Amino acid sequence: MVSNVKLQEVNAVLEDYPTAGRDALIPILQQVQKRQGYLSPQAVIRIGEHLNLAPSKVYGVATFYNQFRFSAPGQCHIQVCRGTACHVKGSAGVLETIQRLLKIEPGQTTRDGRFSLEVVACIGACGLAPLICCEENFHAQVSPAKAEKIIKQYQKKVTTDG
Amino acid sequence: MAESKPNNGNTDWQKTWRQDPAAVADLVDAMTVEREGEAQQRHQQLLAKLRREVVEQPTIYLGTGTCGLGAGAGKTLQAVRDYLEQRNIDAQIVEVGCIGLCAVEPILDVQLPDRPRVSFKQVTEDRVAGLLDAVLQAGTVPSEMTLGQFRSEIAEAWADVPYLDEHPFFAPQTRWVLANCGVMDPTRIDEYMAHGGYAALAKALTQMTREEVCDMVESSGLRGRGGGGFPTGKKWKFALNTEADQKYLICNADEGDPGAFMDRAVIEGDPHRLVEGLAISAYAIGASKCYVYIRAEYPLAIRRLEDAIAQAEAAGLLGVDILGSGVELKVMIKQGAGAFVCGEETALIHSVEGRRGMPRPRPPFPAIKGLFDKPTIINNVETMANIPGIVANGSEWFSGVGTQTSKGTKVFALSGKVVRTGLVEVAMGTPLREVVFAIGGGIPDAKAYKAVQIGGPSGGCIPAQHLDIEIDYESLKTVGAMMGSGGLVVMDEATCMVDVAKFFMDFIQRESCGKCIPCREGTRRMLEILERITRGRKKEDGDGALERFKGVMYLERLADVIKDTSLCGLGQTAPNPVLSTLRWFRDEYEAHIYERRCPAHVCPELLTYTVDQELCKGCTLCAKTCPGGAILGAPKSPHTIDMDKCVGCGTCLNVCRFEAIAVD
Repeated sequence: MVSNVKLQEVNAVLEDYPTAGRDALIPILQQVQKRQGYLSPQAVIRIGEHLNLAPSKVYGVATFYNQFRFSAPGQCHIQVCRGTACHVKGSAGVLETIQRLLKIEPGQTTRDGRFSLEVVACIGACGLAPLICCEENFHAQVSPAKAEKIIKQYQKKVTTDG
Repeated sequence: MAESKPNNGNTDWQKTWRQDPAAVADLVDAMTVEREGEAQQRHQQLLAKLRREVVEQPTIYLGTGTCGLGAGAGKTLQAVRDYLEQRNIDAQIVEVGCIGLCAVEPILDVQLPDRPRVSFKQVTEDRVAGLLDAVLQAGTVPSEMTLGQFRSEIAEAWADVPYLDEHPFFAPQTRWVLANCGVMDPTRIDEYMAHGGYAALAKALTQMTREEVCDMVESSGLRGRGGGGFPTGKKWKFALNTEADQKYLICNADEGDPGAFMDRAVIEGDPHRLVEGLAISAYAIGASKCYVYIRAEYPLAIRRLEDAIAQAEAAGLLGVDILGSGVELKVMIKQGAGAFVCGEETALIHSVEGRRGMPRPRPPFPAIKGLFDKPTIINNVETMANIPGIVANGSEWFSGVGTQTSKGTKVFALSGKVVRTGLVEVAMGTPLREVVFAIGGGIPDAKAYKAVQIGGPSGGCIPAQHLDIEIDYESLKTVGAMMGSGGLVVMDEATCMVDVAKFFMDFIQRESCGKCIPCREGTRRMLEILERITRGRKKEDGDGALERFKGVMYLERLADVIKDTSLCGLGQTAPNPVLSTLRWFRDEYEAHIYERRCPAHVCPELLTYTVDQELCKGCTLCAKTCPGGAILGAPKSPHTIDMDKCVGCGTCLNVCRFEAIAVD
């Protein structure tokens, strides 16, 4: 049942690209991920059928790019910027603190599905380094201590929400 | 006007369409039809109004680019709205892009009727009421928050308020590409036109042939700002002189270089400049389709650009038969999916075609055979943003600034250990010292300068003895660095250069596309060698120490092989961060390798922490917080650290209130 609903979402995206060729593959993948949060195997197969591509080819493209993920993100998705400026100002310590608090590696989701962690190359706000982004809110000049505070805050928030 | 927007249904977008359609139509019409008499007077009044030379009601400008929002501009904006509503004040709020001084954001400007606009720094939400009370109600300018006032010929200047262009951050700059960023409303095409926008496009289309535009750009000496530095006009001529039924223009806005954000700032703060540049470039090479390949991580920039394209289409400045010249151009946005290698031209083309972004051997060059096998020109955002200025003012104007081989200006993203981080635009040939110390304000916390990293993962470091180097494409190469896209990361004495090299190798080996062996395997081996250098002795087993020395011996040879044999620019420049740090900071490598210590106290496994027995009060705080349980000692007696258990995290150093922990 659940997968049916999800496939309908994929089909809805594909309707916007009725006669698309291969050059529409990446935009389609982006649209599907935007709606579902990740690319499920069913979605990849369905997209492949639509574009007349083998699922392996679709996976080949999807796994090449950093943007695409293949497991569901947590309720609170945390991005840690690891650009040069952030690194020089100590983002390694920030990342380590968050990993220790949430007990997950970058690219993973906590077992309860509340948090997921991602390392991004550069958010493009180097003047405010180090930077993390939680639920699309930017937090500037984050120290390990400040990161701990932010995570605790979201832990509380996600608990009360859920 | 909003009805002509193709992607409707989203009301947020339509709110940003604030311009008066009649004004836009009049401005477009004035491009080709001379205004006379009374009509001309009315036209001048319209221009003055759009340029906000004088305002009828108090106007509040707030920098709400991504960096401003990160600093809390969103909350400031809400506080301003609440303030105006509660006190029933009739004022206009204008959201502008980033003026470049990221260090003191949020930046808020106020312009009162008949007075020039004044900029204020660090206007966080809690300071809004105090500031607006002073300016709007009392008519005074609180000096402690003032950045400076704008120059105005009409309005009565504030006494005792410095001018913004005399501020040490702005005074040494030559702002061409960034001229409108943070000054003008980026969501209004009519404001851009009132500031002279799209006049260059009209000039190119009505008075110049395609060859003339190419000639003009070539003789201006403009070189690619994305890193390569290839003469732009020359590249265009390859495409212009290739016969084809379809040609493409691609604008590379996939700013993958960590530490660079100029493309984002230009698109967020002045998207119409880019659109105009695209239109002129496409005309010059004879392309009727243009793709903008932009990072998906820049949602605000994408929205601004989508709006700008739609506005230009509605005004007849894009689309079919632009300004009645018969020229056609369709601009489409492609979102990049995050791959650093897509900065390489052929990889980018593959990505647009929906394939894995892997480079292919050249020739054939994209200018002959590129996207869908058609002639394709790829230029960076900053290159394109320079085009309107060149066409409007002529090639001599542009080549009048700069050095022998590098003309014009360059935008740098100044970040890292520097007081005034931000976006700066300086004339080519400006000494690096001026950028770091005059504009950037030097190193914070009274620490010593160590190096500037320029050019991102393909570039190199510039040490203190070369601070007086005049920045241009050639001079940077002489010290083992390169222009790159313009990221300038300042490093102080607390930065470990081996760690920096390791950071870049880690980035490069992850971003290597895997097509050619030297880059795929070589960068991985280089990273492993660096990791061994920074690994502590207790984590080495068997012949670990031997491997460490062997690696060091091979490091430089391996770097040379990668440089000589890699397929694309990514691999060919991949060893640069290592070679450059080795060249200037060999002593730091040697301290890591022979003495097994990190002079900058960064590499955790090479640090030894000790407790000063005299200073330790035995408060047990360090023992409680130590994640490894490595600190021993009874309460109220001096503690000791068990080196075998110590993980080198430095927590004890941070929590100790008596400065009893020493590190070496």
